[in-house]
Amino acid sequence: MKGAGMNRIDQRFATLKDQRRTALIPYITAGDPGPAHTVGFMHALVEAGADVVELGMPFSDPMADGPVIQKACERALKHDVRLTHILAMVEEFRRNDDETPVVLMGYLNPMERMGLQAFAEQAAASGVDGVLVVDMPPEEADEIAPLFKEHHLHSIFLVAPTTSKERAAIICAHGEGYLYYVSLKGVTGAANLDVASIEHQLDSLRQLTSIPLCVGFGIRDGDTAAAVGQVADGVIVGSALVSRIAENCDRPERASDELKALMSEMRQALDA
Amino acid sequence: MSKFSDLTRLPDARGHFGPYGGRFVSETLSFALEDLEKTYMSLRNDPDFQAEFDRDLAHYVGRPSPLYHAERWSRQLGGAQIWLKREDLNHTGAHKVNNTIGQALLAKRSGKPRVIAETGAGQHGVATATVAARLGLNCEVYMGAEDIQRQKLNVYRMRLLGANVISVESGTRTLKDAMNEALRDWVTNVDDTFYIIGTVAGPHPYPLLVRDFNAVVGREAREQSLAQIGRLPDTLIACVGGGSNALGLFYPFVEDEGVHMIGVEAGGDGIETGRHAAPLSANAPQGVLHGNRTYLMSDEGGQVSSTHSISAGLDYPGVGPEHALWKDVGRVEYVAANDKEVLEAFRELTHVEGIMPALEPAHALAHAKVIAPTMRPDQHIIVNLSGRGDKDILTVAKIDGMDF
Repeated sequence: MKGAGMNRIDQRFATLKDQRRTALIPYITAGDPGPAHTVGFMHALVEAGADVVELGMPFSDPMADGPVIQKACERALKHDVRLTHILAMVEEFRRNDDETPVVLMGYLNPMERMGLQAFAEQAAASGVDGVLVVDMPPEEADEIAPLFKEHHLHSIFLVAPTTSKERAAIICAHGEGYLYYVSLKGVTGAANLDVASIEHQLDSLRQLTSIPLCVGFGIRDGDTAAAVGQVADGVIVGSALVSRIAENCDRPERASDELKALMSEMRQALDA
Repeated sequence: MSKFSDLTRLPDARGHFGPYGGRFVSETLSFALEDLEKTYMSLRNDPDFQAEFDRDLAHYVGRPSPLYHAERWSRQLGGAQIWLKREDLNHTGAHKVNNTIGQALLAKRSGKPRVIAETGAGQHGVATATVAARLGLNCEVYMGAEDIQRQKLNVYRMRLLGANVISVESGTRTLKDAMNEALRDWVTNVDDTFYIIGTVAGPHPYPLLVRDFNAVVGREAREQSLAQIGRLPDTLIACVGGGSNALGLFYPFVEDEGVHMIGVEAGGDGIETGRHAAPLSANAPQGVLHGNRTYLMSDEGGQVSSTHSISAGLDYPGVGPEHALWKDVGRVEYVAANDKEVLEAFRELTHVEGIMPALEPAHALAHAKVIAPTMRPDQHIIVNLSGRGDKDILTVAKIDGMDF
């Protein structure tokens, strides 16, 4: 268990700021295509340039996700992947990597069923650094936020293009680690990035908070990563990676190679 | 004042019914829900809006619906007098249209040219397609692939009305998955789309506004009861899936402590088998799905359970948050009727009264069959006959071994 020192997410963004680099944040669904592959994929992502790893907690009803991540959830749930298994994966990952921040992303119901107190305790003990609960806006976080704080887990929140100024202020007041700016209207895996509009929105968010602003949804290759990287502190890529896993369900080594290839392409594009 | 008066003041400003309800949604939906809440709150007590709603209910839906004394059935059961609130006689054949009329008026005021809906049995889809046709709105209805199979007639009805029915192949391919897909659509097309939710679930303000639009059922039943029976009824019975017809009937009686209320959930093969859709009667744990906290059937890992019911309209793992609170405070008793009892009640009402109920309210009738004989002939039960059974003829025929 990490000490009471700085959260790994804050450390990592401080370092990136010194280096004037943009964070590259991959997302994969834990347990997809099978629980045995996840830790290997996480190390592969880091090796190819990931600064933070987001690990999805599969849910039967992922309302905010498009078909790519829905199917990843279904593949993982075929193996009955539960939160306790996911925390064990993080613990295993930590044996060889004590530096890269790990953020869990998912829906509230599995956490509630485990018990919020137990989840917060065990997540912190496993080496998790932050949690993004997709279906829990700050207004509904009265119970969970203090528990996360007590265990030094950052509460990460989404901001959407449609979020009002008043709500953005509330979210910024609660958000820790980084803000996840959703670049477009829709579900994960959608297309059509508008970088000028993202830049405009990030500018107004910077009036409200000093934490890093990362952008997800619609980033699928080096070009889109570089374009968004011009205006954001970090880029988040999910469906593009999960598609690579989907195409290679029976060939996990090949999936791992493809994850690395896409990450390297994005890393180079961001650092160029 | 009654000890239940506090219940009439819910939800609170953030959509909570005690520990239930709320707005557990991705940030991508917050704007649309805030916008809807603002629109609805500004119209909720607006006399012009209410007058327009009442006019449509009278002249398009055909309200008030009768309160019918099922004398022959009551005599046969040998106990309490059973009265049927005839929502099956509404235009489109169910209570669902009360709510879609109301939400369509909101859609019209919002100026959005497209409406979407989720549907289980297809009644809400038909009611939505109907109001969309009338207002010239584009309409797309999400429906689980399994429900499309068992409700073919309603699917065709929606298509005739000009709606596009989209088959949902994800998850359990039933109502809950249709709702997931509709929410995803809304997130993506929020600028031009109004989402007409069909039940008292979903994120705030849906449980509030769907209840309000259906409460006409209970207001009428209360007046009719006073006029026809000469007093309030002893017992109200309604089926509960998401729970919109039950809340519509119950809500105007909530302060009448002498009126016992019973919600009947889908017992499927029996609560003990686990193959049911009765989160309240089975004491399912609290959970969060589709934007609200409620009783929710889920496994130990927190994954939402698949459900089973003979009626597609009740085949849902959660229940409206207001019902969850009413269970906890003891205002309503929740029980379950299993598929076999439901079919018996369906056949019995058809034979004895010449009224063919939908399989959903046949759950309420099945429970009336159980309790009426335990009551005196001078006691009165109102059952919400929330929809007609034409849509279920193929399902029943299949059980009878008939093939069309």
